[in-house]
Amino acid sequence: MTTSETPDVRVRGVETTNAPPTSAPARGVIALYMGITAIVLALLMVFGLLMRASQAGVITIPPNRFYQILTAHGIGMVAISGFGSAGVMWYFLSRYVSLSRGILVANLVFFLTGVVLVLGGIFLGGFAAGWTFLFPLPAKSLGVWGPGAAASYLVGVLLVGVGFLLLFLDTGRAILSKYGSLGKALGWPHAFGTTTTDPPPPVVVASTVVTIINIPAIAVGAVILTMSVVNLFAPAFQVNALLAKNLIYFFGHVFINSAIYMAVIGVYEILPNFTGRPWKSSKPFLLAWSATMLMVLAVYPHHLFMDYANPTWANVMGQILSYTSGLPVLAVTAIATLANVYRSGMKWNIASSLLFVSIMGWSVGVIPAIVDGTIAINRVMHNTLWVPGHFHIYLLLGVVAMVFGFMYFLASSRGATDSALDRAAFWMFVVGGLAFSGVFLAAGAMSVPRRWAVHLAPWMALDRLGALFALVVVAGALVFVANFLRRARAISA
Amino acid sequence: MEQRIAVLVSAVFGVLLLGLFAYVAGAAGRSGTADEIAAGAARWRRTAFWGLVALFVPTIAFSLTRMPYSSAVQSAPPIVVDATGHQWSWKLSRDTVPAGELVEIRVTGADVNHGLGVYDANDRLITQTQAMPGYTNVMRHTFATPGTYRILCLEYCGLGHHTMTTQLIVTAAK
Repeated sequence: MTTSETPDVRVRGVETTNAPPTSAPARGVIALYMGITAIVLALLMVFGLLMRASQAGVITIPPNRFYQILTAHGIGMVAISGFGSAGVMWYFLSRYVSLSRGILVANLVFFLTGVVLVLGGIFLGGFAAGWTFLFPLPAKSLGVWGPGAAASYLVGVLLVGVGFLLLFLDTGRAILSKYGSLGKALGWPHAFGTTTTDPPPPVVVASTVVTIINIPAIAVGAVILTMSVVNLFAPAFQVNALLAKNLIYFFGHVFINSAIYMAVIGVYEILPNFTGRPWKSSKPFLLAWSATMLMVLAVYPHHLFMDYANPTWANVMGQILSYTSGLPVLAVTAIATLANVYRSGMKWNIASSLLFVSIMGWSVGVIPAIVDGTIAINRVMHNTLWVPGHFHIYLLLGVVAMVFGFMYFLASSRGATDSALDRAAFWMFVVGGLAFSGVFLAAGAMSVPRRWAVHLAPWMALDRLGALFALVVVAGALVFVANFLRRARAISA
Repeated sequence: MEQRIAVLVSAVFGVLLLGLFAYVAGAAGRSGTADEIAAGAARWRRTAFWGLVALFVPTIAFSLTRMPYSSAVQSAPPIVVDATGHQWSWKLSRDTVPAGELVEIRVTGADVNHGLGVYDANDRLITQTQAMPGYTNVMRHTFATPGTYRILCLEYCGLGHHTMTTQLIVTAAK
């Protein structure tokens, strides 16, 4: 790490905000959050590479082990996306409202405890019901895993959820005590009225939305997790399979979307430091966030299009909202990002590049997602590799790029400069990520099913290509991870 | 057909967006007036909004006329296949159906959730529905071409998920 003698604000992203800086002790906890995020991301990305290599026939992973890895990769990525993104949100939100550092640490403890139980259930107990733990699969493994392993997994996920619930209850408390009402924190007096006071900053608006949507999502997740645990030990206690799916996908959809909405706060707060153009809570910005907040709570039936027994009105609603729910925030954010950067005179570094790319990844990934959100097309795309194709674009090149961008920002704001290796890793991550996801989409268009441990011979040519690009992405990401860990001590100081 | 539409739409709009971001990234180093650019962005925002409305409303309306769900008031066609998913095999009440006639496949799961995906002779997925315990999903389809169709499980159901395949023979129309 080198320290620049004459800092150039536009190059290093030195903060120009008027808000007070994040306190030193809190910065230490956030550095810990991001360090854990970096390590877990690296591990889970290697898991992903192993799965693609096994499907390609390059290595051999027995099906029981493959499905364990699949389960760990899925639940791990959902959880760590939320965890790292929560770190981004907390880091900036703490500058505007009075958050509890104790709760931040409590979430960390719940998270790590939950992770131990989840990993134990999977790799010691053999649990492999997929991250979605669709009822009643956790209890019906045909002897592959026992109720103890399933309980360890389900209780582990529940504990992770409890930690997040505490965190969002605290953000809600802090926001309410500063702004008086959620409506004010969402900027409604400015969006719908004529008040001339300053609107709440983007970080507060986004955090309020995430608080509002994630509390019910986690509560619903806790309900189905608890019911599934009870069913393990009291099989007479049955849950309606369709109800269980509704609960699981409501929880899962809202939670993973919230990860994007938390991580994008990094873009709102950091990018202006490079461009010199502040990110304002404009009227369209406020309206977009409120619109998305309402719609994202009702869009989840698009995961149930192929459940013909689900009420048709719900599936129709799911399709219509698939087209509209995420777009307000995405469109407003994407256009504002382009306008913020266009002819700003900024010079790129890895932090600003990753944050810019993250909005590109989010935008591009939503297109095949909307296509798949059309019932008539979902009929031939659902549960094919088209699905991981689209979500890898906006999670890998969206959320994960935002999180890595935040890590590089923490380092660059402490004086670190990028090396040629960093720049090479950036291009490996972006180009490899697009190609890797593109191969998934191509395989989905060829009707290759997802979540198959063993692939048929005609699918393997694409699998080999996918494994190759996965290797490129993972190599780039490992450079990001190693560099962050190397700089973590300086960042937390 | 649907697969081609999906690829075409995703590729066209994806490339357009990638090009737009690349163009703006390339222009980032030049300087410009922030107010003018903000005013331009506001125009773009309005254009994007109304453009998406113009694109989405007819697309949604048309595509909703192509939903695969059967109406409860429709009477059952004469050819019915009962399909039950078990860990890890399919049980079909009949494994031969004629081409050119409407077939009703009644799908359920005996133990856990499965997914019944019908693949044609070219290994192309042509239709699917979930196989849920406690529910029967009614899927109707007219097989246009005779041949050997395959049924693959499309919902993860445990260790033998990828082995859960069977065949459906479609005979030439009489």
